[in-house]
Amino acid sequence: MKSDYTATIGLEVHVQLKTKSKMFCGCAVAYGAEPNVHTCPTCLGLPGALPVMNLEALKLTALTGLMLKCQIAPVCKFDRKNYYYPDMPKNYQISQYDLPICERGEVPLYDLAYPKDAQKSIANPGKRVRLIRIHLEEDVAKSFHFESSTGIDFNRAGTPLMEIVSQPDIELPEEAFAYLTSLKQALIYGGVSDADMEKGQLRCDVNVSVRKRTDAAYGAKIELKNLNSISGVRRALAFEINRQIEALERGETLRQETRRWDDDLGETTLMRTKESAHDYRYFPDPDLLPVRTEVFLDEVRSRLPETPWEKRERLEKDYGLSAYDAGVLADDRPLSAYFEAAARGSARPKSVANYVMNDLLSALGAAGQTVEECPVRPEDLKALVTLVDEGRINSKQGKDVFSEMFSTGVDPQTIVRRKGLQQESDLGAIEALCREVIAANPKVVEDYRGGKSVSINFLKGQVMKLSKGKANPALVGETLQRLLS
Amino acid sequence: MSSEDLDVEYVAELARIRLTPEEVATFRSQLGHVLEHVARLNRLNVAGVEPTAHSFPIYNVFRADEVKPSLPREEALANAPRQAEGLFLVTKVLD
Ligand SMILES: [Zn+2]
Repeated sequence: MKSDYTATIGLEVHVQLKTKSKMFCGCAVAYGAEPNVHTCPTCLGLPGALPVMNLEALKLTALTGLMLKCQIAPVCKFDRKNYYYPDMPKNYQISQYDLPICERGEVPLYDLAYPKDAQKSIANPGKRVRLIRIHLEEDVAKSFHFESSTGIDFNRAGTPLMEIVSQPDIELPEEAFAYLTSLKQALIYGGVSDADMEKGQLRCDVNVSVRKRTDAAYGAKIELKNLNSISGVRRALAFEINRQIEALERGETLRQETRRWDDDLGETTLMRTKESAHDYRYFPDPDLLPVRTEVFLDEVRSRLPETPWEKRERLEKDYGLSAYDAGVLADDRPLSAYFEAAARGSARPKSVANYVMNDLLSALGAAGQTVEECPVRPEDLKALVTLVDEGRINSKQGKDVFSEMFSTGVDPQTIVRRKGLQQESDLGAIEALCREVIAANPKVVEDYRGGKSVSINFLKGQVMKLSKGKANPALVGETLQRLLS
Repeated sequence: MSSEDLDVEYVAELARIRLTPEEVATFRSQLGHVLEHVARLNRLNVAGVEPTAHSFPIYNVFRADEVKPSLPREEALANAPRQAEGLFLVTKVLD
């Protein structure tokens, strides 16, 4: 971005909640089903059908609010947002207008949430994006546009949808990427949503404007549509900010409009210029009674998980991990649970982390398994790290034992015993081997004593060979030095 | 809003209703009476009255997150103007 310009970016994120049934009726929330098999008079908008709130959807929204440090409203209510479109046959969507369930709050942008190539040059480290509100509404039906008609599937109509609205605090495409990554992780941690953008479980509308840094007034707000991935949001913003700056540089005036991102072409194209402002004529839905949140907040508080960013700090503090390692582990909730089970009480939690992040992850990847399916029990991994740490086997053998543990599920002590891998740590036996090698290599011994200190490595190698690799290398080194001094 | 401020044509447009000039005049007069009637509320002193979101003093009518059987698809589609492959078919719309 040219440095005399600045961008102002706000995001509206819609999140499908992980409930079993819809927001206001008992139809199943199921994706990928045959069209129109999960409908009833309520979600079809038939006259006379009455909505009843799904308590779990309210709880999941409050849980999200608590994780993101929002204020939970003591009283909230539902309103009708009136508009005419075939995906909403009642001609209004039930939403929340002036009394949303959550207000304020924030999403922290931690380093690892940024795109990998941008982590080294973060413009605003430790930035927190403020939220305006989080509210609950019903999703609309899905439309399929054919040549001469539009087909409507109401399976999705009436499913609970949470909308998270940010302040326009974001200035860079990389920050939008980090915001969505951090938010998505919190949603997964809380069990609120699977938050997969490609499946439409997390949908994102972006508003972006640019202005000269010296201008007080914001530029024209441009809305971007058709953003289907977090990296797509980043690319679309980078393109769009650049486009707007170039237009301004040419002396053009930008107007409020909606543009569509084409991920293949890597550009935005005009969809529509701003028609008359939307006038939804919100009013309280008389079919729904207001909600006092206090009755379920205690239960929600008891479900409040450690947030990913809290976990990251704790892993650093409790296990002495680097910020990077703690970040990688905290990014993956099952992986960090596995790590903690293996590292708790271990003398070498950092070595445990290395095994988990390298050997374990690549073995799981190769086997196409998840951490939950891991054949190596956490306590066995801890035992393996102890064997290596105490010098009973060397680190190379440790890797071999690990692969054997992974393919057989057998504990490391048994494998070491069966394979006869146990290192020779008996001082008398090692000394005997060392004396044998010294006697057989008078020339090398002479070199060493004459000041060529690297010669000892040759002798060490000979001892290891003689022991068939079983001698504890550290003890061999010490013994040779002692005998030769 | 007083009846003079009532833009009947705009309200009709929001409701996707096409009105003749005669109908606009009729509704302006009729809706004007409704507004005048409602406007009486503005003359009440409500300084000591708690705001409420609903006319009933009832809160928290919830249902548990349980799946109930849905309609058979043929029944759901029974009133569809047209249908194909299990979808309601409507006049083509643009988003
Ligand atoms: Zn339903």
